[in-house]
Amino acid sequence: MANHIEIDRDRCKGCGLCVASCPRQIIELGRDINAKGYHFAVQVDPSRCIACQMCAVSCPDVAITVYRGRK
Amino acid sequence: MDANDTAVFTYPRSLSRTPTHYCPGCLHGVAHRLVAEAIDALGVREKTVGICPVGCSVLAYKYFDCDMIEASHGRAPAVATGVKRARPDLVCFTYQGDGDLASIGMAEIIHAANRNEPITVIFYNNAIYGMTGGQMAPTTLVGMKTSTSPTGRDPIDRGAGYPIRMVELLNTLEGPVYLARQSLLSSADIFRARRVVQRAFSLQSKGFTFVEFVGTCPTNWGMAPVEAREWAQKRMIEVFPIGVFRDREAEAAKASAAKEA
Amino acid sequence: MGEKILMKGSEAIAEAAVRAGCKLFFGYPITPQNEVPEYMSKRLFEVGGQFVQAESEVAASNMCYGAAAVGHRVMTSSSSPGVTLKQEGLSYCAGSELPVVVVNVMRGGPGLGGIQPAQSDYFQATRPGHGDFRYIVIAPATIQEAVDLMMDAFDLADRYRNPVMVLADGLIGQMMEPVVFREDPPKEYDKSWACTGCAGREKNIVNSLYLDPKDLEDHNFHLFRKYDEVEKNEIRVEEYLMEDAEVALAAYGTTARICKTAIGLLRAQGFKVGLVRPITLWPFPYRTFRKVADRVRFVLDVEMSMGQMIQDVRLGVVERCPVHFYGRVGGMVPAPVEIVQQVQRLLAE
Ligand SMILES: Cc1ncc(C[n+]2csc(CCOP(=O)(O)OP(=O)(O)O)c2C)c(N)n1
Ligand code: SF4
Ligand code: SF4
Ligand code: SF4
Repeated sequence: MANHIEIDRDRCKGCGLCVASCPRQIIELGRDINAKGYHFAVQVDPSRCIACQMCAVSCPDVAITVYRGRK
Repeated sequence: MDANDTAVFTYPRSLSRTPTHYCPGCLHGVAHRLVAEAIDALGVREKTVGICPVGCSVLAYKYFDCDMIEASHGRAPAVATGVKRARPDLVCFTYQGDGDLASIGMAEIIHAANRNEPITVIFYNNAIYGMTGGQMAPTTLVGMKTSTSPTGRDPIDRGAGYPIRMVELLNTLEGPVYLARQSLLSSADIFRARRVVQRAFSLQSKGFTFVEFVGTCPTNWGMAPVEAREWAQKRMIEVFPIGVFRDREAEAAKASAAKEA
Repeated sequence: MGEKILMKGSEAIAEAAVRAGCKLFFGYPITPQNEVPEYMSKRLFEVGGQFVQAESEVAASNMCYGAAAVGHRVMTSSSSPGVTLKQEGLSYCAGSELPVVVVNVMRGGPGLGGIQPAQSDYFQATRPGHGDFRYIVIAPATIQEAVDLMMDAFDLADRYRNPVMVLADGLIGQMMEPVVFREDPPKEYDKSWACTGCAGREKNIVNSLYLDPKDLEDHNFHLFRKYDEVEKNEIRVEEYLMEDAEVALAAYGTTARICKTAIGLLRAQGFKVGLVRPITLWPFPYRTFRKVADRVRFVLDVEMSMGQMIQDVRLGVVERCPVHFYGRVGGMVPAPVEIVQQVQRLLAE
């Protein structure tokens, strides 16, 4: 598989900081809500992910893990 | 998921898995993570003692996965002094907000710095008292509205004083080894902040090290997290400029290199 | 037992702490106890310890909190206005169950008051800072006793994980008397709760915050079960010439010494007078006063205050006999003859 991120939906507080930080604009706050009642973030188009970690470092709740895919 | 994918950003070992009580988008969480990453990078989790303040980060003892002491309001640097005088072999950090550090704890921070206590102080500046509901802080900007400066902080007609610049203040002292201010207001800033915190921890054995973070309080500023970050970039950074104000080790290295050349 | 050494009270107190294994001192100068930090600023570095002249008493008490949190024996000393500032850190020590020893060489107040001896901190010692908690309070009357109690103070602090206050006054601090230091090595206590780094174990937390009311109530219940133990095990009191006494004086510390001189004078005139001297002010020897109250015509409580310990004396006596008061304040020390006259006057009534 290629570059992608994993968002721990139960840690996410739907703050939107990752959304604003992603240079490829491939994260959105989804429609669904998690156990705490937040609209958690989802990566909408992993194929465009460059594994730059911009989203992960900006997340105050450490909800994002970033993977770099094998070429 | 492909087992061959490498995780390039993962959850730090020194941060506990307990979800924080912080409001959505509050940058206390980012600051915590940077501290935990520095502890991991130096491999010192098992000999670290953290000291948390009174303020929104009062429960930080739950969030770091190392020994933790909860201090009274403003006294974390004094508590850290007690820790390090008893056990100089331990790594010790304090984590403090602006009310805690720059108001009620002003004497403790100045004197710990002046004695060059070998501790690392992490100072989270959000220009407001978060925990008690948005009152004016010593770092509140002139004109900024808070629940106790309802018409905006007014140093002239209401005698409310001016924002205190802690790094600059500490920079007048002989003692400290490392003094820096870094913003947490963008991903690029956070990457830089990560290096700054690690530098501070790595110099702790030499003496007093201090990192101020310019952060936010979306809740009491009455802004969405992204908006709060943008507002702080525009307004706070001009009052609280970013930079490494002092790095005694780097200065010494430079001086000896110049001598050799 | 070691040899006899002639020492000034404050220095003997400091040396006793060092011999009890205390290697850390944090304090702020205030008269009349400056000899304690001055002695420590030299002595502790000789034994591989640390001395810090703190920026304030507030800071000093919180430095003690830090050092105690990593499991080390630690002390501070101060005098009345400084002790007020130390109440902050000490309440946190009690809440977090940290052992700390505090010496309070009392001076007169209120406010800046004066620098002469007084006993007007009985309240702030036995009814300490904010929250439901206690200090164990011990009040020596001689320098030898101060030395012995100082060494006991560290054991009490460690055993009960609680602040212990040694309550003295300027007279005890300034007097010179020969003393002998006990030579038994400091006892070891389990300190597995201390923040020493989490190698090989779960992390430890030193904390006094309980946001859930139920948890905080349970914590208070726990502290008070411990205080029940202290009350059961640790009350110390001296009964001096009480076997045949018709009048009991009640006094602690220096005032008790003066009372003994007065008793000598009164007995020479044929008055059967004795003394009940609480050595622990908390836990207070209520039972002793209750027992004594049935046998004497009255109790005369003598203090260098406007009457503070008398409240506890009355609680012990429970109206079984009259309790009278004689006090001097502001640094005025009652002379034995004043006490003699009081007893004679009360007996004549
Ligand atoms: C002695 C004392 N005074 C006042 C308080 C109340 N109090 C709790 S937190 C706080 C201010 C915290 O503000 P800051 O340090 O800026 O941290 P933030 O909450 O913004 O992270 C105050 C005044 C207290 N707990 N103790
Ligand atoms: S790693 Fe970079 S590109 Fe990928 S989702 Fe995060 S911010 Fe966007
Ligand atoms: S930054 Fe973190 S908490 Fe905020 S929306 Fe993104 S994943 Fe959720
Ligand atoms: S009140 Fe402000 S500082 Fe406190 S957690 Fe919420 S956003 Fe953060």
